[in-house]
Amino acid sequence: MAWTFLTTRGLDGLAARWAPRLLAVSALLLVAGLYGGLVLAPTDEEQGEAYRIIYVHVPAAWLSLYGYVTMAGLGAVALIWRIRVAEVLMAAAAPVGAAFTALALATGSIWGKPMWGTWWVWDARLTSELILLFLYIGVMALRAAAEDPRAGARAAAILALAGVVNVPIVHFSVEWWNTLHQGPTVTRLAAPAIHPAMLVPLLLMAAAFMVYHAGAVLLRARCLLAREPAAVLAEEAA
Amino acid sequence: MSGGAAGAFAALVRRDLLLAWRRRGDRLVPLAFFVMVTALFPLGVSPERAVLATLAPGVVWVGAVLATLLGMDTLFRSDLEDGTLEQMLLSPLPAPVLVLAKVLAHWLVTGLPLVLAGPVLAGALHLPAPAQPVLVAGLLLGTPALSLVGAVGASLTVGLRRGGMLLPVLLLPLYVPVLTFGSGAVAAAAAGLPAAGHLYALGAILALAATLAPWAAAAGLRISVA
Repeated sequence: MAWTFLTTRGLDGLAARWAPRLLAVSALLLVAGLYGGLVLAPTDEEQGEAYRIIYVHVPAAWLSLYGYVTMAGLGAVALIWRIRVAEVLMAAAAPVGAAFTALALATGSIWGKPMWGTWWVWDARLTSELILLFLYIGVMALRAAAEDPRAGARAAAILALAGVVNVPIVHFSVEWWNTLHQGPTVTRLAAPAIHPAMLVPLLLMAAAFMVYHAGAVLLRARCLLAREPAAVLAEEAA
Repeated sequence: MSGGAAGAFAALVRRDLLLAWRRRGDRLVPLAFFVMVTALFPLGVSPERAVLATLAPGVVWVGAVLATLLGMDTLFRSDLEDGTLEQMLLSPLPAPVLVLAKVLAHWLVTGLPLVLAGPVLAGALHLPAPAQPVLVAGLLLGTPALSLVGAVGASLTVGLRRGGMLLPVLLLPLYVPVLTFGSGAVAAAAAGLPAAGHLYALGAILALAATLAPWAAAAGLRISVA
């Protein structure tokens, strides 16, 4: 019983039950995080009110990496154990992660205009995030180009794993090249260089985005399963 | 068995080189492309010596990356069309070894000419002479890595009808580290700074690609052929 979610039918049932719940929890966290971030959190001494975009920008940037690693992990599961459900979930995770990447780039650009005086700089961190978006696009394009959805998903999984090499480069680029982008303020081993009144809403937003990611991936997986030819599902059931 | 794999490796390299020699016109297209793309920059940007010298590291490396990309689609295509690829995968020989042989032959035919043409084109763009050895060293380390990573992309798209169109979208993001370290090495050398760090990074990328890419490409071929 516990392992029924590994069949497509089981996944469909699981997603039907959990996607709405996860999205509802995400909405609650989002309201709490936005209230804390936009109303309760104090104004920044240097950046004024404009800093408040971090409550969208930073969690989106985290989720862009989290989404890629999750997608590649699902791809590895799909390739190694040949689990059909992992293929569907990987295919569903690609557009969600790509959306977070696009959101991180867009909000970063909006934040960059008042802070750095420009919409875009060819800074290592920004460029790496852009390349992450290209990687997502490649994975989605390869999957879409294949005539057989299963072969497409498996090919996309290999590409996603190849792209994982890029993800550490994105993460460590701040340390590798000295850049305009500010260094990490939350994930330092010592005490974070951010006040708890600002940190708590940020973590609430990150939790909201993460739960949304899970809910959106399950919902998209249901859509992908519904689009499958009936013959494939019948073959699975037999 | 290992003797069999080594024999097959040598035989496959010889076969691919012979095939390339019989159709040598085709295989020179990436080189011609490399030369022409580079020639567009003085025409499109400026013939000024100072401007070209600053652009030279990036232009030569971008040209080499695009020329490699152009040649990648041919790596497995003809073998897939005439059924050779299927026979290779059905044979008891380890598929990653066969992939490595094909990539080596392909690099000797398309990559090595780029390495040789690189300093000539960089000279035409007035790259300072002390930076030339660094450019050659970087291309020698970088272009095999580009071919190896390209083999993964080629293996995934060879079965698709519009695979050639898709290949740049898949590969260019993966080529970025090689491009940045390669042109970074030349730019550092041109500015009189040590370039060894960049070259070590390129060497590390080549070692990583040589270790992992043949397996990934073999897995990709199994998906494309099935």
